[in-house]
Formats: sequence, C-alpha cells, structure tokens
Amino acid sequence: MFPRPVQDRSSAARIGYQIALPIVLFIWLLPLLGVAMTSLRPSSDLAAGNYFGWPSAIAFSNYAEVFQNSPIGQYILNSFKVTIPTVIGAVALSCMTGFALGVYRFRSNLLIFFMFVAGNFVPFQILMVPVRDLTVSLGLYNKVSGLVLFHVAFQSGFCTLFMRNFIRALPRELIEAARVEGVAEWRIFWFIVLPLMRPAIAALSVLVFTFIWNDYFWATVLTTSATTQPVTAGLYSLNGQWIASWHLVSAGSIVAAMPPVLMFFAMQRHFIAGLTLGAVK
Amino acid sequence: MTTAVLPDTNPRTRSWWRRNQQSLTPWLFLAPGIVMFVIYVILPIFQSFWLSFYDWDGLGEKTWLGWGNYVELFDDDAFYTSLKNNVIWLVLYLLAVPAGLAIAVFLNQAVIGIRIYKSLFFFPFVISQVVVGLMFSWFYAPGFGLFYKLVEWLTGTGVAVLADPDLVTYGIIVAGLWPQIAYCMILYLTGLNNVSPDQIEAARLDGAKGLKMLWYVILPQLRPATFLAVVVTVIGALRSFDLVSIMTDGGPFGSSRVLSFYMYEQALSEYGYRMGYGAAIAVILFLIMMVFISGFIWKMIRDEKEGY
Repeated sequence: MFPRPVQDRSSAARIGYQIALPIVLFIWLLPLLGVAMTSLRPSSDLAAGNYFGWPSAIAFSNYAEVFQNSPIGQYILNSFKVTIPTVIGAVALSCMTGFALGVYRFRSNLLIFFMFVAGNFVPFQILMVPVRDLTVSLGLYNKVSGLVLFHVAFQSGFCTLFMRNFIRALPRELIEAARVEGVAEWRIFWFIVLPLMRPAIAALSVLVFTFIWNDYFWATVLTTSATTQPVTAGLYSLNGQWIASWHLVSAGSIVAAMPPVLMFFAMQRHFIAGLTLGAVK
Repeated sequence: MTTAVLPDTNPRTRSWWRRNQQSLTPWLFLAPGIVMFVIYVILPIFQSFWLSFYDWDGLGEKTWLGWGNYVELFDDDAFYTSLKNNVIWLVLYLLAVPAGLAIAVFLNQAVIGIRIYKSLFFFPFVISQVVVGLMFSWFYAPGFGLFYKLVEWLTGTGVAVLADPDLVTYGIIVAGLWPQIAYCMILYLTGLNNVSPDQIEAARLDGAKGLKMLWYVILPQLRPATFLAVVVTVIGALRSFDLVSIMTDGGPFGSSRVLSFYMYEQALSEYGYRMGYGAAIAVILFLIMMVFISGFIWKMIRDEKEGY
C-alpha cells in the first residue's frame, strides 16, 4: 500500500492524521457548508448582516417559500421526465451496440466503435445550431421529448464505449459454447449476455442519471418555458429573479442538487465502478 | 429489439437467415444506435461546417458569405479574449490532475471512517455545475462572501473577484477545479488500490520512499488513471460553459467569455441570432478539440491493437 499505512508509524503521526482528516474535509467542503447554512438562515439575519454568526433561528421556511413562490416543483418534475426516459433509452441502445461491437468481429468494427468514442468528445457548440434546427422542424422544440431524443443519441456514445469494454471482458467461451449448441444469436444476447451485464447496466444508469440531471447547456438550448425546463435551466432564471435573496438561492440550489446526491450515496459502489472503468488495467 | 429477428416461417428465407445470421446480427443490433448517433451527432458536425459559410438568422434565407464569417472572426477582439481565456482554462484546469493525486494519496489509508471521508471528498463532482457556480458566486460575493471576508481580514480590503476583469476567469476556474479535482481523486484512488504490493515492498527494501517512491514506482503503475484524468480534464476545460454562464454571463465587459460561451451568445443572443457566425466559432473550437481528441483516439487504438 502506498503511502505507508499510518498504523505502521509513530502514534504522533497517527493522531496527527486523524486530526488532519476532518480539518481538510471541512476546508474542502467550505463553499457547500456555507450555502447549506445560508439556506437555513432567516432572511432577517441576512438583512442585518449576520452571515456567519449564530443564526437567530433555523428557517426551514426558506425551503417552503422556494416551493410555494417559484415553479421549482415543476422544474424538478421536468428534470425527472427528461432524465428517466433518457437513462432507459441510452442504456437499452448501448446494450445492443455494445453487444454487437464486443462480441462480433467484422471489418468496420473498430471504425464504428471509434466513431462513437470520438463523437462523445466533441464540443456541444458544434452540434448546437443543427440540433436546435432539427428539433424545431420535428415540432419538438420546447418539449421534453425533444430533449430526451437528443440526450439518448448523444449519451449512446459514452454508453457504447462503456458497454463494449464490459462485454469484451466477459468470458468468450460462454458464447462459443452456445453457438456450438445452435442457439440463435439474439437468444445469446437475451439469455446469456444480458443477465451478465447487470452490474454494467446498474453503473451506467446511475452515471447517465447524474449526467442528464446536471445538464444545463442543452436544457437552455432546447427548452424555454417553465412548463418544460429542467431544474438546472430553471435555477438560472430563478437566480435572476431572486437577486440578492441568498437564502432563497441557497435553498433552491440545495433542492436541485439533492436527487443526484441521494442517488450517489445510495448507489455509491456502482457509481464509482462506472466512473473509474479503465482507470486500472 | 426483437422485431428484427422474428422467427421466419418461410423455409427458404429461414435457411438464408441461418446461413447469414452471424454476419447480419451485429448490424441489426447496431442499427438503432448508429441511426440516432449519426442523425444527432455526426451529421450536425458537417452541417455546422457548412453553415459557417453563411449568414443566417435561424429563420429566413441563408446568404452565402464564403469565408466572410472567418474574416470577421479574425478581426474580432471578443474572439481573441475568448481564445485567451480558453488557453488559461486549459492550462490551469490541468492542475486538477496533480491535486487529485495529492488528495488520493492523502486519503489512501485504512483508518476508521475513511470510506465516508472518501465519498464526502468526491461529492462535489455529483453536484450540477449550475449549483457549483451559485455556491462559488456566494463564496465570492462582495461585502459578505466567505472569500471576500477572508481576503478583507488578511489584507484590509476585500476583492470582488467576479467583478474584476483581470481576476474573473481565475475565479471561475477555481470553481471548476473543485469538482474536477474530485473526479481525478477518485480515478487515482482506484488506481492506488490496484498498485502491486510486491513492487512497493521490493522498492522499500531498496530504500525508496516518499516522493522518489511515488515518481519511480507508483506513478508508472498509475498510467491508465493518469491518461483518463488528463482526457476528462482537457475535454472538461474546453467544454466549460455552465460556470461562465451562471457566474458572470461572460462579464464584466465580456472579459470572462470562453469560445463555447461566445458561440452561444452570438448564435442565440437577445440582439438577434447570428447562426452562421456562431457556427464559425464552433468550428474553431471543434478544430482545437480535434487536436486533442485525435491524440487520445490514436493512443486508444494503439492499446486496442495490442489487446488483440
């Protein structure tokens, strides 16, 4: 193990490490803690200049106010409406593309694979005008479905990379044996490979959920009204309305950040396994 | 997905299907993914190139300009400001890689509760950049922001980072580094977990320790993690848009613009849509990114060929 375990060092080093940990963490999370504290402060405190002192009361009412006086509930609902179909669509598509590219050897295999990989890296701006134009002409501008279609297509790049590499690492003998038995190819996919892909499907679902929930650029390009905007784009407009009402901005931010944070803490192992795929050989 | 492979009752076609099943199946499985990806990602790239030669407001007729948009661009001060800021982003953003490594080394211990520490260190990455931007706007807020207060306490006068044309880009980059460092940290933590203990022991017997050990023994084994960290950081730096939009909207006086933001501003601004000009900016950004992307892809193909 690197570095040398503190257990093997002097007791002073051990205690020092245990003290340093919470201090470093505190500094690391300072912006977050500040906002979390502000979100619970009554607005009278902020008006009186009491930003860091002891709050005169814990104001959960800020959260109530955010939900009552702004469409944030609708924004959150929109985010779910965009995110969940995207996760299902992108994961389903990439199970199929990943299977095709991971199991079969044909001439253009690598070429197609790297088309997906490279497309996944391009700047969004090179797609912006044509995608917006396409969405308008499909009649899907400012609709949840327009956003979902684009996200599914774009995410299939990263998801294909992920799934294909996962399937490549599965034992090939399983597939070969099934072929010798005369099992149809689609049955191999459905009954042999798909059940083995469960961990990859879980990891990818959590990742795509977070990516799409946090997407801001496409939300602003493809939607405009409060009835369809996801929460990231919604927060931007609320921030404009709540100028200097930091207790509301903070509470709104915390609410918007919650779903992916909860998802992360619930599915931590899958999340990290997904994110670090390829970090070790 | 099964419609394409419905059991066929006609004996002649079935035998044809049987014979060609192995070579046709991958294409049937690929078809929906490829169609979607080509329509929404590959074709738009070419369309943007084509559009960049036109003057277009997004609705009316397109007017052919030839290289007009590019000529205008190369004489546009805002373009050079954005380009310069992109370079600053790229260089400073790469600090996330060593910083992530440092935190990973710091946290790679087996003490009680370390798992919770690791997740809490990682968790800025899970938060939307919009929220990160708002957090840091609050952090820098003149008059009462934590950072402002801190500087005021240290030097006597506070600094309004986001209102200062010389500091604003650095202020935004710091906000961007926060989640990016978390990402690099998690890559390295996973890498450190898989470093071969035998090699470390052998090196320890040879008297290697500290930085020497890190440089000569550990880092070579962390190469895949480093590659991934550099890729995501470079792409992240050139894609920076959310934070600029949320924290400053390009200001003050356009001094915090980056290419991705300037493109958006030109193409969809409230002063009128200049889609062609925006497309030209996007093409420049795309070409810059292509330099890096081809490098990454080239390395991945090489690894892939070795794997066969």
